[in-house]
Amino acid sequence: MDNTIVATTSSTEAAVEEHVHVSLPQHRHHFETEEQQREAGTFGMWLFLLTEIMFFGGMFFAYLLYRNWYYDAFVVGSNQLSIPLGGTNTAILITSGFFMALAVWAAEVRKKGLLLLFLVLTTVFGFVFLGIKYVEYHEKWELHHIPGAHFDVSQFVNPKAYGLKEEPLAPDMAQKVQIYFSLYFAMTGMHALHMIIGVCILFWLMWRTQRGDFTSGYVAPIENFALYWHFVDIVWLFLFPLLYLINRHPI
Amino acid sequence: MSEHHDASNITNPEHAQHHVVTPKVYGIVFATLLFFTWLTVYAAFKDLGILNPVIALAIASTKAVIVILFFMHVKFQSKLIKMTVACGFFTFLVLITMTLSDYMSRAWGLW
Amino acid sequence: MSATSSTILNLPDQRTASLPKRSYLNNEDGLLSWLLTGDHKRIAILYLISITIFFFIGGAFAGLIRLELLTPQPDLVASDTYNKLFSMHGIIMVFLFLVPSVPATLGNFLIPIMLGTRDLAFPKINLLSWYLYWVGGIFIMTALVLGGVDTGWTFTTPLSTHYLNTHVVTAALGIFIAGFSSIFTGLNFIVTIHRMRAPGMTWFRMPLFVWSHYAASILMVLGTPVLAITLTLVALERTIGIGVFDPTKGGDPLLFQHLFWFYSHPAVYIMILPGMGVISEIVSTFSRKRVFGYTAVAFSSVAIALFGFFVWAHHMFIMGVSNYSALVFSLLTMLVAVPSAIKIFNWAFTLQKGSITFETPMLYAFGFMGLFTIGGMTGVFLGALGMDIHLTETYFIVAHFHFVMVGGMLMAFLSGIHFWWPKMTGRMYPESLSKLAAVTTFIGFNLTFLPQFVLGYLGMPRRYHAYPPEFQVLNVLSTAGATVLGVGYVLPLLYLAWSLKYGPIAGNNPWQATGLEWQIQSPPLTENFIEIPVVDYEAYDYEWLAKKMEQEVTTVG
Repeated sequence: MDNTIVATTSSTEAAVEEHVHVSLPQHRHHFETEEQQREAGTFGMWLFLLTEIMFFGGMFFAYLLYRNWYYDAFVVGSNQLSIPLGGTNTAILITSGFFMALAVWAAEVRKKGLLLLFLVLTTVFGFVFLGIKYVEYHEKWELHHIPGAHFDVSQFVNPKAYGLKEEPLAPDMAQKVQIYFSLYFAMTGMHALHMIIGVCILFWLMWRTQRGDFTSGYVAPIENFALYWHFVDIVWLFLFPLLYLINRHPI
Repeated sequence: MSEHHDASNITNPEHAQHHVVTPKVYGIVFATLLFFTWLTVYAAFKDLGILNPVIALAIASTKAVIVILFFMHVKFQSKLIKMTVACGFFTFLVLITMTLSDYMSRAWGLW
Repeated sequence: MSATSSTILNLPDQRTASLPKRSYLNNEDGLLSWLLTGDHKRIAILYLISITIFFFIGGAFAGLIRLELLTPQPDLVASDTYNKLFSMHGIIMVFLFLVPSVPATLGNFLIPIMLGTRDLAFPKINLLSWYLYWVGGIFIMTALVLGGVDTGWTFTTPLSTHYLNTHVVTAALGIFIAGFSSIFTGLNFIVTIHRMRAPGMTWFRMPLFVWSHYAASILMVLGTPVLAITLTLVALERTIGIGVFDPTKGGDPLLFQHLFWFYSHPAVYIMILPGMGVISEIVSTFSRKRVFGYTAVAFSSVAIALFGFFVWAHHMFIMGVSNYSALVFSLLTMLVAVPSAIKIFNWAFTLQKGSITFETPMLYAFGFMGLFTIGGMTGVFLGALGMDIHLTETYFIVAHFHFVMVGGMLMAFLSGIHFWWPKMTGRMYPESLSKLAAVTTFIGFNLTFLPQFVLGYLGMPRRYHAYPPEFQVLNVLSTAGATVLGVGYVLPLLYLAWSLKYGPIAGNNPWQATGLEWQIQSPPLTENFIEIPVVDYEAYDYEWLAKKMEQEVTTVG
């Protein structure tokens, strides 16, 4: 959490052990030891992630409720999504998380080049995820599946006219597909917003890595950002089956 | 800094060592996560009745636990961190179950 | 130390006393040194000034409400305007005053010192929290200036999502941002309390003030995000029409209320718990006795926080929840009253056989104990499903929550401000004037809100500005009381400001209280302690204090 870094090349910056009272430049003086500082940082980050759990939690409940009330509409809505795109995105996000975990390792073993590489890979995969999401959103826009004034239920009421093999929905249940898409956009949109924020932070971390900030024993920002990134990943791990995989077996 | 003698070891009561997780562990976790992703898609195409959503959630939860334990290092952290994670999910479950208790017991016939 | 005097106040000899040369107040000069500070004490003072400003704005709205209610006819303001008055009063008082009141001012100032450490875990996040508070406050004020919001502070759907064109989104955004201010404060406290206590400061040696803030912080961190998502969904519903709360699109308006009250019930415990922490300190100091049943009081704070998450639907009994669910929540509400009652009993037993003196903080504390008991008990009445059907949405509810929030929390806040004023500023406030203010507040409060219990019981609905003429007498009494109450609140503003320049020098420990904050200079150094203390004594250990003061050198030569 400290921005005032003085990049020293002091020869006394050996591996920081508990009995050696050598301070890293990032040591904040209200902490007695660096271990205390690191523990406090991780703990604080987890508390922030708890707030994120509760934040997304409200939307997960809304999803749970309306999926049960309007199951048929949710099935139809879910079937509008592309499993290849969604599944690929899931794999991409998992890979991004894998690279982020490797980045933490690289920082801990003080390999600056590798750290930078892994951060770049994390970011690249993050961008690919967002790109695919954009493609999906765009498709929904074109099909008039975005909730609001332009929402069009004709495809659900009369699928045959569109050359689709699904069962038609009664008009009032077809209206409920809008709730499905509302939740789809709210949940994936909120998730994407968190990813965008994460990508911005990644750029900042890459810049600081280049300066050598994280490969001399001070790994807290990388570690704590990784926690955030993995959490965003976990949210997607739940979103994917819940949104994309409702009743996919053939009739 | 100061000569800090922490007699009752307030700052790190559990002496949680700073454990470095190896890339090999991360690799295994990565492969496991991809496998479970494939599994959940595969299971979605099978008609298992009421078990479909159960299995989907179970797989997602397993993946989440693996990410938490290994990618997020919680397996190697202090009891405080483990307790914190548990509290977060506990509160989430309170929100879900107690709100659900209202909806499920309404006489609307929708549930 | 005179055992027979009627006060425990022990000021240094004013002819030779002076403020310490160096303290957190004069350590650095200039506006930027305050606006960019990481010092928890300076941030606490910044918060104190900020919440005072918002308190008086919210109070002005209260004054207008009471003015309108002098007559049965809706003759002062239009109906829409009246709705805006009580909505802004509620929003400002809850989110911009009560929630941050004790934690952000006294908590920020005292917790690191009470724990024997130099600052909170994340000083920059602390400062960010204050800036977020102001951004949120400005958004709310913007909503006000642009025309106000008239949904009530509860933003009930579908009124807030479909039937109003007032500035709901702006106000919701302001509350969202202020919520993050609260989250960061709580997060900071939790990490500090877990990981930054001084050597020897075990959990059960901490002052009960810290325990209360710990419990409140857990509520802040876990509860506030649900409010955030709820308001986000309302904003999305209003702007792009997503339909999650709209019956015509298949949504359930009651879902909003579930999510809203999931935060807003724990919010009331966020508001009261820090106040209870203050009362523990005051009651102990002014009876010269350790708090009876320390462990019970400590655990009751955590119990309130835990159970507080299980009872939210008692705000929704008549809104359409199922009967089964209402019964369950009613039963759980009965349980949540138990830990609060435990605290009252423990304070009462602390008083028993203590050497009680009646300085201003203690006057406020007595006021708290009586008024919070009434408020709490009426809460239990309301928690009973059968009673609530009749009493909800009437003035009984208004009286209930004002008893606990104003008679309880605000009195605790004032008690704490007076108690720690000498520590924060180095100067003592004028005791006789402050006693007058305390008594005025108590009288004014009772005159304002006791009639409202009767009004509610007789059936006067809340949030109405017209009422049947037979209710006028009680309303006039209530407005008269509000005027007296207003005077009682303006007085401290005046004499506390006066004391900054003209108050007597307080010295380190004018109250001869236990606690690490009283072992350091008033006002404290920026770094709090010259040497981090090693704690080997229990909290509220007056024998230890007596021994220490015997050995202390207080005069030169």
